[in-house]
Amino acid sequence: MTASKTTIAKALNAGLRKAMERDPKVIIQGEDIGKLGGVFRITEHLQKDFGEDRVIDTPLAESGIMGTAIGLALRGYRPVVEIQFDGFVYPAFDQIVSQLAKLHSRSRGAIRVPVVVRIPMGGGIGAVEHHSESNEAYFAHTLGLKVVFCSNPEDAYWMIQQAIECDDPVIFYEPKRRYHEKGEVDLDATAAPRDLFSAHVVREGTDVTLACWGPMVRTCLDAAAAAAEEGHSLEVIDLRSVSPIDIDAITTSVARTGRLVVVQEAPSFVSVGSEIAALVTERCFYQLEAPVIRVAGWNTPYPASKLEEHYLPDLDRVLDGVDRALSH
Amino acid sequence: MSDTDVAATPPVGGVDHHVSVDPAVAVPEPRAAADGGPDMVQLLTPEGERVPNAEYDEIVAALSNEDLRGLYRDLVLIRRFDLEATSLQRQGELGLWVSLLGQEAAQIGCGRALRPQDHAFPGYREHGIAWTRGIDPMRIIAMYRGVDKGAWNPDEHHFHGYTIVIGNQVLMGTGYAMGVQRDGAVGTDDPERDTAVVAFMGDGATAQGDVNEGFVFAGVYNSPIVFFCQNNQWAISEPNERQTRVPIYKRADGFGFPGVRVDGNDVLAVYAVTTQMLDRARSGQGPSLIEAFTYRMAAHTTSDDPTKYRVSAEVEVWKLRDPVARYKRWLMSEGIADTAFFEAVESEADELAAHVRTATVTMPDPDVDDIFDQVYVEPHQQVEDDKAAFHAYQDTFEEVQA
Repeated sequence: MTASKTTIAKALNAGLRKAMERDPKVIIQGEDIGKLGGVFRITEHLQKDFGEDRVIDTPLAESGIMGTAIGLALRGYRPVVEIQFDGFVYPAFDQIVSQLAKLHSRSRGAIRVPVVVRIPMGGGIGAVEHHSESNEAYFAHTLGLKVVFCSNPEDAYWMIQQAIECDDPVIFYEPKRRYHEKGEVDLDATAAPRDLFSAHVVREGTDVTLACWGPMVRTCLDAAAAAAEEGHSLEVIDLRSVSPIDIDAITTSVARTGRLVVVQEAPSFVSVGSEIAALVTERCFYQLEAPVIRVAGWNTPYPASKLEEHYLPDLDRVLDGVDRALSH
Repeated sequence: MSDTDVAATPPVGGVDHHVSVDPAVAVPEPRAAADGGPDMVQLLTPEGERVPNAEYDEIVAALSNEDLRGLYRDLVLIRRFDLEATSLQRQGELGLWVSLLGQEAAQIGCGRALRPQDHAFPGYREHGIAWTRGIDPMRIIAMYRGVDKGAWNPDEHHFHGYTIVIGNQVLMGTGYAMGVQRDGAVGTDDPERDTAVVAFMGDGATAQGDVNEGFVFAGVYNSPIVFFCQNNQWAISEPNERQTRVPIYKRADGFGFPGVRVDGNDVLAVYAVTTQMLDRARSGQGPSLIEAFTYRMAAHTTSDDPTKYRVSAEVEVWKLRDPVARYKRWLMSEGIADTAFFEAVESEADELAAHVRTATVTMPDPDVDDIFDQVYVEPHQQVEDDKAAFHAYQDTFEEVQA
């Protein structure tokens, strides 16, 4: 074991590098990803080491980035697309939803489009509008896509490699405010610790289950630590994938705890959290001691950054949700 | 805008414009008389007379008489296929049909200029291109019958899937061409290796962002792609002047590559211009735009009623420019084909039509599991759960029947 502490940003960079070393068909394209290394430096030094044909600075046109990535995949490449910020993905939405998600089924399996769409997501960095969104519900609602979130450096390192190896298109969300949080990663390990689409119980507990993903995993772990001091044992499940949803992992936990709080940055209205609530209600109705609680961004557009601390779920709002679950 | 502003700017340039346009700048061609203008490459007049052209004659001269007869056969067979499909739709056998009537030469001329290693990215009206690539016409019928969504394998004939969302395929084709560059399959002087991509679009699609972004990407990367626009004058009910303020081929200037307008009803001219531009792409000289100036003789689709928006006099003008009739006249006058040949092609067309009819009405419905299968390469739990739920639901009917 040669594990060392590294950040999510550096782990992603290392994972991309591994994937490019392993498979010459892996190419990366996006805005400012070459010389600059991306606005978050996730692709730093990759163009220098792999050349301009494999690390492609594109025109500023997201639909163009996405549509040409699909064309490259049709030619046998495995493109990784960087969308600079969550709120900039919408010009590419048509290509993602109408083509990327549907080419495999439209061709009855003749075509595979193994494209990875990396999207730095979520708020908490004091940004201007369109730089803080959690838009996973749009993509999770589009069957044909798979949608995953990394929440820590080890997952960042492995999940980006697994997403690139996956023959289905993958929307790969990165919690931008957690980019510089550190964790242990064994860069010499030869196998991923877990499947790309499996949920992971990151803290065991007995009283309430917290289901979360991406940036909310750290928030939920902090909440669980605080709750423990008050005598409440919270189980925290990092969902990791919101399409597919590893529903068995959630129901297994809820069968023991009887209570579920889903925590997400996205608004609760018609969201992944809503889907989890429905699935759990259908499957665990007689094991539930309380309604499924959603702790989420408010049902509004993302606010101006001076207000985002009131919008984003934090430790106290998670604990408030836990209290509501326990009040039944 | 306040009421005063409106009053201060009286409309000019015609009552049919929402926003007035300075007529000195924008001069829409009157469609009924539009003949493509002096820049249009034409090698055969509508009367079937050969127009010499120093730039393109050599390309046409390289075609054997057998090739030339083959083009005629293609034109007749694809027209017959199209008419039969229209009839099948009218009789309820197809959900929809998208007719290529009038655009046969644009498609056959272009399709026959492609080499085996080239790749075509069609919209949804490119039955003639599909024909030249060797796609079984019944695959197209299956799509418009609703049996599948156009499920041929693009790798088999280098003809990619029909694309219904206007313009999406232009970006996919551009990306494909970027891949061709990375494979080193451009500019090697190996005629079996150097590869071009052709992406198809209509005049309406030129308004789409995807098409313009495709032009940008192909331009800056100098990718081996030919953008082939069939300007059939109508985007459903909207004429050219609702899509573009300049002739479509001139737009290429702004993207930094050549644009050519060719008579889309002249199979020889389309073949020659496309051959030239494909060669250019394969040799590494980059993209180009071809505007095939043609006319959609039928409705947009079988669901459309063109009498609502265009006059029959316009259609009459274009009937005189028919692509098949003019080419037949030229073949006869040159003695390249005789009556026996034309009769043989007619009877082959009859056979094709009979085959298409029989194969359509006997086409089996798809398996219900097609709803769930192949949504993903690797299983997705929520899809699998729904498939199981669907089967459980189906089983309840069997229990009742039992």
